[in-house]
Amino acid sequence: MKKLQKADYIKMYSFMLKIRRFEERAAQLYGMGKIGGFCHLYIGQEAVVVGILMTIDKNDSVVTTYRDHGHMIARGLDPKRIMAELTGREDGYSAGKGGSMHMFSKENNFYGGHGIVGAQVPIGTGIAFTHKYNREKNICRTYIGDGAMNNGQVFEAFNLAALWKLPVLYIIENNKYGMGTSVDRAAAGLDLYKRGEAFGIPGEKVDGMNVFSVIEAADKAGKYVREGNGPYIIEVQTYRYRGHSMSDPAKYRTKEELDNYKQTDPIEIVKAEILKKKIATKDEIEKINKNTLEEIKNAAEFATNSPFPKDSELYTDVYL
Amino acid sequence: MSTEILMPALSPTMTEGNLSKWLIKKGDTVKAGDLIAEIETDKATMEVEAVDEGVVLDLLFKEGEANIPVNKAIAIIGDPNEKVEVKKEAPVEKVIEEKKIEKNIETKIETKKDNIIDTPSPKIEEDTNLSSEEITMRQALRDTMAEEMRKNNKVFILGEEVAEYQGAYKVTQGLLQEFGKERVLDTPISEHGFTGLAVGAAFKGLRPILEFMTFNFSMQAIDQIINSAAKTLYMSGGQINCPIVFRGPNGAAAQVAAQHSQDFSSWYSQVPGLKVIAPSTPYNAKGLLRSAISDPNPVIFLENEILYGLKGPVNNDINFSIPIGKANIEKEGKDLTIVTYSIMLQKSKEAALRLKEEYNLDIEIIDLQTLRPLDTETILNSVKKTNRLITVEESWPFGSVGSEIANIVQRDAFDYLDSPVIKVNSADVPMPYALSLEKLYLPQVDDIINAAKKVSYIK
Repeated sequence: MKKLQKADYIKMYSFMLKIRRFEERAAQLYGMGKIGGFCHLYIGQEAVVVGILMTIDKNDSVVTTYRDHGHMIARGLDPKRIMAELTGREDGYSAGKGGSMHMFSKENNFYGGHGIVGAQVPIGTGIAFTHKYNREKNICRTYIGDGAMNNGQVFEAFNLAALWKLPVLYIIENNKYGMGTSVDRAAAGLDLYKRGEAFGIPGEKVDGMNVFSVIEAADKAGKYVREGNGPYIIEVQTYRYRGHSMSDPAKYRTKEELDNYKQTDPIEIVKAEILKKKIATKDEIEKINKNTLEEIKNAAEFATNSPFPKDSELYTDVYL
Repeated sequence: MSTEILMPALSPTMTEGNLSKWLIKKGDTVKAGDLIAEIETDKATMEVEAVDEGVVLDLLFKEGEANIPVNKAIAIIGDPNEKVEVKKEAPVEKVIEEKKIEKNIETKIETKKDNIIDTPSPKIEEDTNLSSEEITMRQALRDTMAEEMRKNNKVFILGEEVAEYQGAYKVTQGLLQEFGKERVLDTPISEHGFTGLAVGAAFKGLRPILEFMTFNFSMQAIDQIINSAAKTLYMSGGQINCPIVFRGPNGAAAQVAAQHSQDFSSWYSQVPGLKVIAPSTPYNAKGLLRSAISDPNPVIFLENEILYGLKGPVNNDINFSIPIGKANIEKEGKDLTIVTYSIMLQKSKEAALRLKEEYNLDIEIIDLQTLRPLDTETILNSVKKTNRLITVEESWPFGSVGSEIANIVQRDAFDYLDSPVIKVNSADVPMPYALSLEKLYLPQVDDIINAAKKVSYIK
C-alpha cells in the first residue's frame, strides 16, 4: 500500500478529533433539548471510519447505519449542516426532515443514514450492483453494526453479492453491544467476519482502536473488491464510550471495561504516533485542537440559529 | 377394461392446454410413471405421466391441437383383446364440467367474453390507434417492459424465475433472450435481500422492475418497500428518489388458499411515497405500466393472475401511456355509481348488465386504474350525478380502498347522496381452500346486485 505521508497523519488526527468534538457537542445540545429523538454517538469508534476514509476514492459510494454523524464528517461533509440536521433545521442535509438517523448527501455518494437495523446492507449491495451494471470501477462501502449480523436480510445480501460478484466492501463495526445486549448474548459464534465463509466471502478481523490497522486492512480489502473479485468482509473490533443512544445509561457494562478501552483511545494513538515521528509539535497539535473546537462551536451555533423548516415543507418531497 | 387419460390441470388457473407432443403411439404398452405426452399450459410446457397401465388403444387428439379443455379425454388405454367402443369425442363427466366452471373465474370471463369483455370502453373506442388483433394481459405487460428496456438501458428486471424459466406466469417471456442476463436477472428466493438490493440500485440511478412471483411474497420485503423505497426521498430532503416498479400478481388466484390469495391494494395505498396501480385490461395495463416505468417514484403495480389470460385490443404506439392518478369511466350511467378496480371490473360489468335487464338501472362504472393517488374528482363528479355509490373490490373490508372512498364521498358530497355508501369486499376471514368457501369469500355478481338494490331501495 501507499506509504502514509505527513499530511495523512494530520488529516487522520484532525478528522478523528472533529468527530469526537462534534459528538460531544451534540450530546450537549441534546441535553439542552436542542436535539430531539434518537441520537447515537460515535465516540470511541473514530478510527474505524477515518481508517476506511484514508483508502477511499471520492466516487466510491457509502452507506451506513443510524450511527452516522462521524461517517458524514469523515466523508468531508460540512459539520454545520450535519448539526443543523440534528437540530431539525432547514439548513440540515435532509432539510430537517430526516434527523440524526436519516442523513444523505447524494452529491458526495453518501447514501445514508438508515434507521432500520440491517436494511442498509441489501441497499449497499444494490448500490454496488449499480457500479457494476454501469461498468464503473467504484465500490460501495457498506457498514454494518454487530447487532445487524443476526438479521436475515444481511445474509440474503451476502449471498447475492457473492453470487453476482458485486463490488461491495462490508465493514462490521463490532462495538460489542447491540443496544444493551452484548455480542456473546446475541450471536452464536463470535467471529462475525467468518459469517460470509459459507458464501465464499473472505473476511478478517481488525483492531478498530488502531487506525493504522484499519487502513492496512481496508487497503487490502478495497483492492480485492475493486479488482472484481466480489465482496469482502472486515470486522472491526471497536468500542463505543457512550450508551447506545443518548437515553441509554449503559448499565449493562462495567466502568472497568470502559476504562480499559479508554487506555487504547484511537485519537491518543494517532497523536502519540505524530509526536513520536515528529510530524508535528505539541504546539501544532494544540492549534489543531483549538481550531477544531472552534469549528464545532460554530457548527452548533449555526445549527441552533438556522430556521425551522417552513410549514409548507411538510408536504414537499413525498413524490418527485 | 379401458381407461381414459384426461387432459390434466397442471396449474391452479389452467382451464385448457395444447397437446404439443405425443410420447406414445397406438399399440404401445404403457406402465404407470411412463411419460406419455407434452402439454403446453398457460405457464409452461410439461410432460405428463401415465397413472394407469395398459396398451394404448387410441389417441384422441393430434399433436399440435390447441385449447383442449381440462378433463377432456385425450387417449384411451386398456386391454387390446377387449372390445371397446372408442368415442372420438369422449364426454366429460358432467360433475367435473360443472366443477371446472365454478373453479375458474377465468372460464367465466372467457364464456362471457362476447358480451362483456370485448365491449371496449368509450375511451378505448375513441382510440384511433387501437390494434386490430387482441393480445393477452400477459403479453401486453411483456411487450411494454421490452419496449421500455429498448428505450432506456437503465431499466432492468429482477425476480424469481424471471429469466431462464421465462417468468412463473410467463410475463417475462423472451426478455432474457433479447436483453441478456445482465438486464434480466434470476434471483434466489430471498425477497427481503433482493428488494433491498433493487432499492439501492434505484437510489443510485438505475430503474429496476422487480417482479414478485406473487405479492404475497412481498410481505418478506415490506420493510424495504415502505421504510426504504417510499420514505427516502422525504427523509433526504428531496435528494434521493427511488424509481422502481414492484410488480406481480396480487389477490386470489384459484384455490391457492390463505397464504397465496391476498389482496394488498389497501395496504400499499395507505403509504405516502408509494404510487399504486391496478390495471384491469390489456389496454390499460400497457398504458399504465409504461407510466410506472417512467415514473421517478416507487410504484406498486398490482396485476391479477386470473386476468393474465384476458385478451383485448391495445394501443401499439411505443409511447402510448395512461397517466397515473386518472380513473377511467368504463361505462356511463345515471342511476348508480360503482367504483371498482382490477378483476372486480369484470364482475361489476356483468352486474351492470343484469341490473339493466332486471331492474332497469343505468349503472356508471368507474375503473380506478390508479389507487394512489386516488382520482377523487372523477368519483365525486359521478356521485354528484348518480347520487348513489357502491364500491367493489377484492380486498378485506377493514380499512379498504372503498373505506377511504366512502369517507371522501361523505365528506365532500354528503348532500348529494340519496342513500348510504355500501362497500362490497371479500369476507373478513383468511381465504379458505374449499371451492365452495372460496366462492363465498370472494365478491360475486349477486353481491354487487344486492348492494345496488339496497342503495336503490329496491326490495
